[in-house]
Amino acid sequence: MCGIVGLFLKDKSLEADLGRMLSEMLVTMTDRGPDSAGIAVYNAHHAGQAKITIQANHPQTDFDGLENKLGAAIGASVKMDVRDTHAILAMPKASLDAAMAELRQLDPVIRIMGRGESIEIYKEVGLPESVVSRFNIVKMTGTHGIGHTRMATESAVTTMGAHPFNTGSDQCLVHNGSLSNHNSLRRKLRRENIRIETENDTEVAAAYLTWKLQNGSSLGEALESSLNDLDGFFTFVVGTKDGFGVVRDPIACKPAVMAETESYVAFGSEYRALVNLPNIGQARVWEPEPATVYFWNH
Amino acid sequence: MEKLDLQALGLRALNEKLQKQTDETNQRDWEIINPRGSHAIAVGVDAPINVTVRGSTGYYCGGMNKQAQINVDGSAGPGVAENMMSGIIIIKGDASQYAGATGHGGTLVIKGNAASRCGISMKGIDIVVHGNIGHMSAFMAQSGNLVVCGDAGDALGDSIYEARLFVRGSVKSLGADCIEKEMCSEHLEILRDLLEKGECDAKPEEFKRYGSARQLYNFKIDNAY
Repeated sequence: MCGIVGLFLKDKSLEADLGRMLSEMLVTMTDRGPDSAGIAVYNAHHAGQAKITIQANHPQTDFDGLENKLGAAIGASVKMDVRDTHAILAMPKASLDAAMAELRQLDPVIRIMGRGESIEIYKEVGLPESVVSRFNIVKMTGTHGIGHTRMATESAVTTMGAHPFNTGSDQCLVHNGSLSNHNSLRRKLRRENIRIETENDTEVAAAYLTWKLQNGSSLGEALESSLNDLDGFFTFVVGTKDGFGVVRDPIACKPAVMAETESYVAFGSEYRALVNLPNIGQARVWEPEPATVYFWNH
Repeated sequence: MEKLDLQALGLRALNEKLQKQTDETNQRDWEIINPRGSHAIAVGVDAPINVTVRGSTGYYCGGMNKQAQINVDGSAGPGVAENMMSGIIIIKGDASQYAGATGHGGTLVIKGNAASRCGISMKGIDIVVHGNIGHMSAFMAQSGNLVVCGDAGDALGDSIYEARLFVRGSVKSLGADCIEKEMCSEHLEILRDLLEKGECDAKPEEFKRYGSARQLYNFKIDNAY
């Protein structure tokens, strides 16, 4: 199964409530997947700044002194904000690649969850309720966000195997389904110098979109070509710095419901996830068509 | 009229109340409030009662229904009226995938659109859809009638046995062994009754009939790969 939720706000006055709304939506989907849960939140960013979300099993010791050590290594100011097992490292955008390279040397003690100008990713093994409360997601503000609760079919139940997957700056993808050609596609993408960290099928789909975007495709075009190049069952919800997209495979057996009002676009694996959204009674509610790309931009 | 609040009562208690009703019950009218997209609302009812659900439902609403009339004042999630035996289920909005799957009898009316696999493996149920239906509808359909006032998606009636399919709009493609058939007066009569039962004002003459070419019934070496 797996449960997916997504919320893209058009009305700025709702931004303060993004975390609360997304959390409620995700907790409602708990019985679609008990293995791990995660949320990507896109929030306000400062021009010229970037951030990396990292995770460690022993945050007190593993994160100790990291801020200064990383700052010295990349020759820039780094600020660290620890939240349970995760930390957000903020730095000048120009130093992002250097910081990523430094942090990768600390793997597997320090694991990278995501990076970009506005994205933060929080994900752990466990139920949505525990993930939401550990990271205090309810209090988070933002312009759009995506959540996932996993029932694992491909690859291990670990933090790294939890969704959302981030394979390029400010990009993320969550998935309900299973891909059957992920091994061959992973080899192909690695030959194209796309970094893939896990044996998970969904990460390959995320990396595929990253590769397409790097080669000049728009998000819409990348999603269109995924329909030809990915084999298997999928409902994907993807995020970029200012965009939000949905696509289902041509068989479309993985459920999906969408709602749109003047204030927001929302996605849920089931209608249950949407019932608490403001003015849902007046929203246009529909089931996304198979093999059809939907996306919205700010 | 007895009003049941699903959120206050819980699903099991609510369904137990409905399932306890018998042919002799005096409590004929039931209203369910706060469905909030919950699963398995009003499944397994076997009594001549009227149940109105005020809102949208999740998976398998009205599954295995016998005798009851169930109205959904909203949209229905996947598998509505799955394996229905008799009675009538009316959906005011849209229905998600595999509506009326494996239904043996009764009538399912969808006033909006139905998604993919509508009437898959239907075994005697009548389904009337006011809008469109998605791909692979009436797959392996065995008996009953599927009426579509709008358009049908890809692979309509794939591997169909003996159900009748009536479509007013376009058919994107027909599945294996499904063909257009002549509309005779007996079919127009059947269709007129179904449209009336489905509260639909379309004219039977506007429809085309599709059904089985009966070429997959027996093993034929030409069909083997």
